[in-house]
Amino acid sequence: MSGKSLFQKVWEDHIVVPESADTPAVLYIDLHLTHEVTSPEAFSVLRSRGQKVRRPDLTLATLDHSTPTVRVASLKDLDIVSEPAAAAQIRVMIENCREFGIELLGFESESRGIVHIIGPELGITQPGKTIVCGDSHTSTHGAFGALAFGIGTTEVGHVLASQCLLQRRPKTLAITVDGQLGPGVTAKDIILAIIGQIGVDGGTGHVIEYRGSAIRSLNMEQRMTICNMSIEAGARAGMIAPDDTTIEYLRNRPMAPKGADWDAAVARWRQLPSDPDAKFDREISIDSSKITPMVTFGTNPGMVVPIAQPVPAATDDSFRKALAYMGVTENRPMLGMPVNVVFVGSCTNARLSDLREAASILRGRKVASTVRMLVVPGSEQVKQAAEREGLHEIFLAAGAEWREAGCSMCLGMNGDVTARGELCVSTSNRNFEGRQGVGARTVLASPLTAAASAIAGRIADPRPLLAH
Amino acid sequence: MEKVTIVKSRTMVLPQTDIDTDQIVPARFLTTTTRKGLGKALFADWRYDRAGNPKPEFLLNRPEAAGCGILVAGNNFGCGSSREHAPWALLDFGIHAVISTEIADIFRGNSLKNGLIPVTVDKATHGWLIENPGAEVTVDVTASKVLLPDGRAVSFPMDGFSKYCLLNGVDQLGYLLKQADAIGRFEDTRSWKP
Repeated sequence: MSGKSLFQKVWEDHIVVPESADTPAVLYIDLHLTHEVTSPEAFSVLRSRGQKVRRPDLTLATLDHSTPTVRVASLKDLDIVSEPAAAAQIRVMIENCREFGIELLGFESESRGIVHIIGPELGITQPGKTIVCGDSHTSTHGAFGALAFGIGTTEVGHVLASQCLLQRRPKTLAITVDGQLGPGVTAKDIILAIIGQIGVDGGTGHVIEYRGSAIRSLNMEQRMTICNMSIEAGARAGMIAPDDTTIEYLRNRPMAPKGADWDAAVARWRQLPSDPDAKFDREISIDSSKITPMVTFGTNPGMVVPIAQPVPAATDDSFRKALAYMGVTENRPMLGMPVNVVFVGSCTNARLSDLREAASILRGRKVASTVRMLVVPGSEQVKQAAEREGLHEIFLAAGAEWREAGCSMCLGMNGDVTARGELCVSTSNRNFEGRQGVGARTVLASPLTAAASAIAGRIADPRPLLAH
Repeated sequence: MEKVTIVKSRTMVLPQTDIDTDQIVPARFLTTTTRKGLGKALFADWRYDRAGNPKPEFLLNRPEAAGCGILVAGNNFGCGSSREHAPWALLDFGIHAVISTEIADIFRGNSLKNGLIPVTVDKATHGWLIENPGAEVTVDVTASKVLLPDGRAVSFPMDGFSKYCLLNGVDQLGYLLKQADAIGRFEDTRSWKP
């Protein structure tokens, strides 16, 4: 019998009722994260059925999606800065959490932020856990060796009421990334290169395990960037085996285990990595020494090229439609294309290391007069840490906006949008049509590339600007 | 959930590949706190002009789309976000089955829990459906088959539990809550506590 993969170990540890030919498995959920957009209808269902939340102690709520990124000190402020529907949704979330006894990290909390940034930051995201949220980027938490995936609102209701989900076991895909990364090449470029190679449906039905020397060399924030975009390859989840880097990141985090519990947890986490003879349904290898800064050119994250390479020639109508939407010409590189907006933020790239990278390029330089640049920290904690280092002063001196934490222009739900026809170089995860505003054009890139493009006013390679 | 056994309808066709949930329902419509009324937001950015008027050339606004309950779409339909607003909007508009060569995982799961039938077929069948918009097609959940006008019956995959839930209108939360004893035992006996 072959050994077990990381996924298999976590999956088997959470089986309440095994799957059969007729019924899916009942899978136990260790942590349920929730936010204002995908939960209201689930709470309504609970209320109508007279159900309680089974484990409010395993449920954590925050406000991020429709939340303003200007200072909000009270609900009165919220009414001034937000659309009525967005403000009403936030009020419903506050009321639902109060009624059902769920801890809400709201406006008054110093721990509020994008749901996928605060879980790790608080140390409640841990190896070996099952973690779900009504949000596809829940895959982010897989960076810790958790099995973490996005669910719909009906399933949010299932987890609230039963702490379980009905699931068929997904397949496994091992992606091995080996090779030294070149200067100016980041985790974002790795994951964009992977999606470019396997396609936006390349991971459908699978849980990905990222492995190899290049993955091991990444810090936790970079690993989160990789796992975050697993869903952009269609995968159910992405996972990275816990190691010393994982354990050191979690040590002394507010919600991480303490004392003897910590020692026991670490001993358990050490058992999680895939056995050497573990079998995967599919395996892929990537040489990361060949990856350069990457930029998307189309309307899904699989339409991506190395920054200096020409955009491929159109092969079908969907491709032509994407190029027309983007105002992009085939057989020419994206490099040099005029930029209107630069967005540094989102659950993909709004942690402290991302802001440091953007600041390293912006230090002593100016954002082009034709560009609006927003820097939106992923959480209140990231914001405070960045301000302690003076990063906000670098952004402000360069002419960028320094905002409050939230999802912001990643999906433009809170009023932070790119105008019709304008091009935004964005560190977020989706370049779908209209994602950042009706008619907005999105180019996905790393924080380094985004910052370099802000200075040039055009899509620019960050490598000539790197600090030595 | 209502029982769903069969959908018999003319098809409408959106041949584009990788139609994501941001196209199905743009994020600005997600500030709602109810599933009702999302049909008007379905494909909003493709469907309305800047003034909010229907674009006559877009599929959903054309007379032949009226009354179509089956959407045939390009490969990898429903990719992107987990928003259940996507199947809610399709159902509210009157779409009861989606046919493609591939349907994204989360969208597929969300659809099944709301009685929207996700149907994946082989490339040849899909190609025929794309080429023949308005075809009278039957999606038969009981037999897990798509019946084409020429009499062909094409199987599509659906796991037994999902089929049982669709055919009987089974509410999966009810099923899960019946597992309360097993869930309690699991919580009491596991070797570590989250």
